[in-house]
Amino acid sequence: MGINSKPVVFAVISAAVILVGTVVTVFIPLFMPSTQPVSPYVKPYTAIELEGRDLYMREGCNNCHTQTVRPLRTEVLRYGEYSKLEEFAYDRPFLWGSRRTGPDLARIGGKYPDSWHYSHMESPQRLFQQSNMPPYAWMSKNRLDTSNSFKKTSVLGYGYSETDVKNQIDGFRSTVTSESYASKESRDQVTPAGLRSELTEMDAIIAYLQKLGRDVKNMEAAK
Amino acid sequence: MAKRVLFLSILYQDMEESMSEAGYDYKVVRGFTYSALFWLVIGLIVGLWIAFEMFNPALNITPWLSFGRLRVVHTNGLGLGFGLAGIFATAYYMLQRLTRTPLPFPGLAKAHLYLFNAAIALAAVSLFAGMNTTKEYAELEWPLDIGVVILWVMFAVNVFATLIKRKEKQMYISLWYLIAMTVTIAVLYIVNNLAVPVTLFKSYSVYAGANDANVEWWYGHNIVGFIFTVPVLAMFYYFLPKATGLPIYSHRLSIVSFWALIFAYLWTGAHHLMLTPLPEWIQTVAIAFSIFLIAPSWGSVVNGYYTLQGNWDQMRTNYLVKFFIVGITFYGLQTIQGPTQGLRTLNAFFHYTDWVVGHVHMGTMGWVAMTISASFYYMIPKIYRTDLYSIKLANTHFWLILVGQLTWTVTMWIGGIQQGAMWKATNPDGSLMYNFLDSVTSLYPYYKLRFAAGVIYFIGILIFAWNIFMTTRQQPVEAEA
Repeated sequence: MGINSKPVVFAVISAAVILVGTVVTVFIPLFMPSTQPVSPYVKPYTAIELEGRDLYMREGCNNCHTQTVRPLRTEVLRYGEYSKLEEFAYDRPFLWGSRRTGPDLARIGGKYPDSWHYSHMESPQRLFQQSNMPPYAWMSKNRLDTSNSFKKTSVLGYGYSETDVKNQIDGFRSTVTSESYASKESRDQVTPAGLRSELTEMDAIIAYLQKLGRDVKNMEAAK
Repeated sequence: MAKRVLFLSILYQDMEESMSEAGYDYKVVRGFTYSALFWLVIGLIVGLWIAFEMFNPALNITPWLSFGRLRVVHTNGLGLGFGLAGIFATAYYMLQRLTRTPLPFPGLAKAHLYLFNAAIALAAVSLFAGMNTTKEYAELEWPLDIGVVILWVMFAVNVFATLIKRKEKQMYISLWYLIAMTVTIAVLYIVNNLAVPVTLFKSYSVYAGANDANVEWWYGHNIVGFIFTVPVLAMFYYFLPKATGLPIYSHRLSIVSFWALIFAYLWTGAHHLMLTPLPEWIQTVAIAFSIFLIAPSWGSVVNGYYTLQGNWDQMRTNYLVKFFIVGITFYGLQTIQGPTQGLRTLNAFFHYTDWVVGHVHMGTMGWVAMTISASFYYMIPKIYRTDLYSIKLANTHFWLILVGQLTWTVTMWIGGIQQGAMWKATNPDGSLMYNFLDSVTSLYPYYKLRFAAGVIYFIGILIFAWNIFMTTRQQPVEAEA
């Protein structure tokens, strides 16, 4: 009986059999322009937003929140414009998620002011008594580590120079630590006094959340 | 028919051989059995913890215990820790018996065992610490990925060396499944985990956006297929005939099912990405192949049922048969439910709800855990040349995990339907009837019931572990063949 008595041949044929579907549905699409459209409206993350995104990954936010609005009537009604392929050009990895224990976040940017996020992330239950979201109060107690920020943006090919990254970080720091920052009161409430003049992990993750969906809003506005 | 007799004779020779034992390496089998039980208990404790967090967020005490980090400890702990250890234990056992050849490299197998447990422990710590690539079931950072690849090569070397040196000419069905698993997991794991390191603890995927999603769910769906289906079918095809003394019903059906299964599986990953921005044709092809996949899946189910033809009394008289037959029944239900919920219209309703969580757990808590349980119950007394410590406890274990799992999954299905309906409900004027939080709080009663079901299941598993442990402590019965 042929290949049932030839283990190596059997393994080679198995490999060939599993590779057919793999090549057609996964490998070939990697090189198709249709899977990687670009849009002038979709900009790479700033160094701070990227740090925030890494924190989103570290905390496993994707386990409860999706980032893709489906083209369904009630979904567009609830979250906003459905997700477009070009929005994700700079997403490595993708963070579409698979379960909505919490709401979709693809259109969260600009929906609430920063102050709302500072209070909500500190204690979701203070805003919504019945919420089951974990509190993330510790993030305002942790200084943001930006030592790898430039390296990260260059690995991802965002095209920033070291000075660009430094300027982005300094600029963002002066915004959120400024006396005239609109969400200063909420930020000060959750941030320990010693860290108020520095960047915290909370600042970065909120910057990331505020970026989500902003490009598509600009894209739609331009139509 | 001739084939059936031939394959029966392979299983019989294997039985004769156990008289002499021919220097088989059982140390590694025992080691992986204990490892599987250990990670099973740990993984379930974490599971209970996160199930509690779902209705009581006060349990998110520290960053390390927050839901987002713990959930991946749960999935990795059970999928890689319990699942893989159970597979390695039974694979090393079946491999030696079915080829009538001792492991060529027992030292390598021993190193595989120790390194495996070190890697799982490190993996758990790294996930607790938040080193998470976020690609589902592939969350480990790159240094651990390299470790996993090395472990897989160590396993593969023994698999192929044993097969090449084998004394039994024909390879029995279970060995086909083990070969397919060994090859496919390697391809899946390496391709999906390709990343550019930033530091020792951080890397970025080489793929972006839709392609990253497509690669990930090609991996995610097939890692489930080639860990929770293929090697578990290998166990089913080996241990069911061994436990019953009945040969597998149809050799031809097992051949057709095998090749159709491993061919079709790889096309279906994108049914996890239904209605996302991924190009529509990839989604549609995935739906088509998902439907097709029902046929080879049920090929194995039918083969299992017909094997018991005329001997259904064994469901009553042989405690092991219940595990296998109820297990394969859950596999059959799983492989109908999966393709059905992958259909675009149904997926629009069910996706992102607890329905899918229920679906996964029917497969893992039902099919996988039951088949591995019965395989251990058969294998461990054979290795220790003794009888099982307590058949009564084994029966208790069976009923507890059956009731626990059914309550668990049915609860999640109902909760999923409810949440899906609430997301879609609109008022006469077309506005949404419920805000998101309404849909969450309405699930709390289900979450409490799910936790209770999990406790019942956990007690069943503790009895299982105790029964195996006590069996290993008994004196060998010399007359036992």
